[in-house]
Amino acid sequence: MDTEIQSAPQLKKKAPKPKGKIATFFVSLYNIHKFILRFFREAFVQPFEFKEIVRQCYEVGVRSFTLISLTGFIVGLIFTKQSRPSLGQFGATSWLPSLVSIAIMRALAPLVTALIAAGKVGSSIGAELGSMRVTEQIDAMEVSGTKPFKFLVCTRVIATTLTIPILATYTGFIAILGGYVNVATNEGTSYSTYMQQVFDPLSFTDFTASLVKSIVFGFTIGIVGSYQGYYSTKGTEGVGKAANGAVVTAMFLIFIEEIVIVQITSWFR
Amino acid sequence: MDKPKAPIDYNNAVITIKGLEKSFDDYDVLRGIDLQLFQGENLVVLGRSGTGKSVLIKIISGLLETDRGTIEVLGQDINRISDKELQELRIRIGFSFQNSALYDSMTVRKNLEFPLVRNRKGITKHEIDEAVESVLDAVGLSQTINQMPSELSGGQRKRIGIARTLILNPEIMLYDEPTAGLDPITCIEINELINEVQQKYKTSSIIITHDLTCAKQTGDRIAMLLDGQFQRQGTFDEVFDTKDERVKPFFDYNFIR
Repeated sequence: MDTEIQSAPQLKKKAPKPKGKIATFFVSLYNIHKFILRFFREAFVQPFEFKEIVRQCYEVGVRSFTLISLTGFIVGLIFTKQSRPSLGQFGATSWLPSLVSIAIMRALAPLVTALIAAGKVGSSIGAELGSMRVTEQIDAMEVSGTKPFKFLVCTRVIATTLTIPILATYTGFIAILGGYVNVATNEGTSYSTYMQQVFDPLSFTDFTASLVKSIVFGFTIGIVGSYQGYYSTKGTEGVGKAANGAVVTAMFLIFIEEIVIVQITSWFR
Repeated sequence: MDKPKAPIDYNNAVITIKGLEKSFDDYDVLRGIDLQLFQGENLVVLGRSGTGKSVLIKIISGLLETDRGTIEVLGQDINRISDKELQELRIRIGFSFQNSALYDSMTVRKNLEFPLVRNRKGITKHEIDEAVESVLDAVGLSQTINQMPSELSGGQRKRIGIARTLILNPEIMLYDEPTAGLDPITCIEINELINEVQQKYKTSSIIITHDLTCAKQTGDRIAMLLDGQFQRQGTFDEVFDTKDERVKPFFDYNFIR
């Protein structure tokens, strides 16, 4: 039964890989595109992993809740305080609630929530999936015939897409409350008057735009964090890079999306 | 401990590999591998670190793609089957990872249930519990059922990793360095477990190792991987009795002879 193989067969020559930053950038772009398409292909096919989605929604909400509450309140309070002198010059301090509500609902609430979530949730998703990749846990799921992409990626992206809008709405109301504390302290405005002045200038478009923005931001945070983690390499160094990449890329994309969505919604006003 | 006799069907190959080549960047790892694994056989692939042993079983399980060559697993060419077919094929193959790869956010029970509930539609809670208890019993770790992977020792993690693959009743087992990083006594226990799995679950296995004790105790046949090719194949003693200068040093540094 003993056999000896003496000569190696002719080896084939492989085509060289594209090198350089530009080539790498386009390859990454292509890979992200494929990753997003794969998400849409797998996310809406059974089984839906409802339990895991709920667990991830809870994780996303709980991870950011305290920080978002604190930041939202402070943003509202400080924004109102800083705006008062400028409005005061024109004798228009009574416009403060309207200014606060427009600024918060149209821009600050979704943006602040998304940036905080990118830092807290995005990095966490990147590190978690990155760690699972380098310890072969994702491979273990793959070889056991389960679908790791669906279980790990789809559930997280759906969770961030659903939870960030809820958190952004919550941030908006907390920030408005922060503004109320400042207005009530300085002008003695009642809560009901303040709230009426807050909601009067807001239109349906404002709420819709804010909601759409939050959904897009949530999807971005989930998909970027998952992509960075799912394809992380090079051991623990790779995990760190995945977490870092998840935050930096998500924040960069959030700002770009903010500009694009603001431009689009301005056409509807 | 001598290797128990296993009923091997040499007319029935469950894995057939022809002309397999794989390279990473400019490094050619596998250079034209030919191999057959027969029904009921434990095949040990021996070789130094970095010779492509793990790459070989990752290709067999579809985790890595080949550059060239054909791989037939349980009658299916893994390069030509669809994703769905590959997923179904994987259920019939068990893969025990070098570092166990237990899901560290889940308890032992959840680790074992995970592949089962996702691959057996309509399975009842009672059947799941029964399967979990059965595989835990097979690896002798029933008491760890509610523990987290971080609470287990290296040997226990290996055993739970093997239990997780056994829960789907695989026909083929792929062991990646099953005794790496374990003390000699635990190594022998793991070797015994590999033989028990072969006997009880009637599996055909490829065992990747550079541990000669493991090779001697578990292998019905040994294949020596050197320079990206199998330089020698045979029983442990056949491979051992060589004057081949590339193979000899591997055994000379070992204590078991």
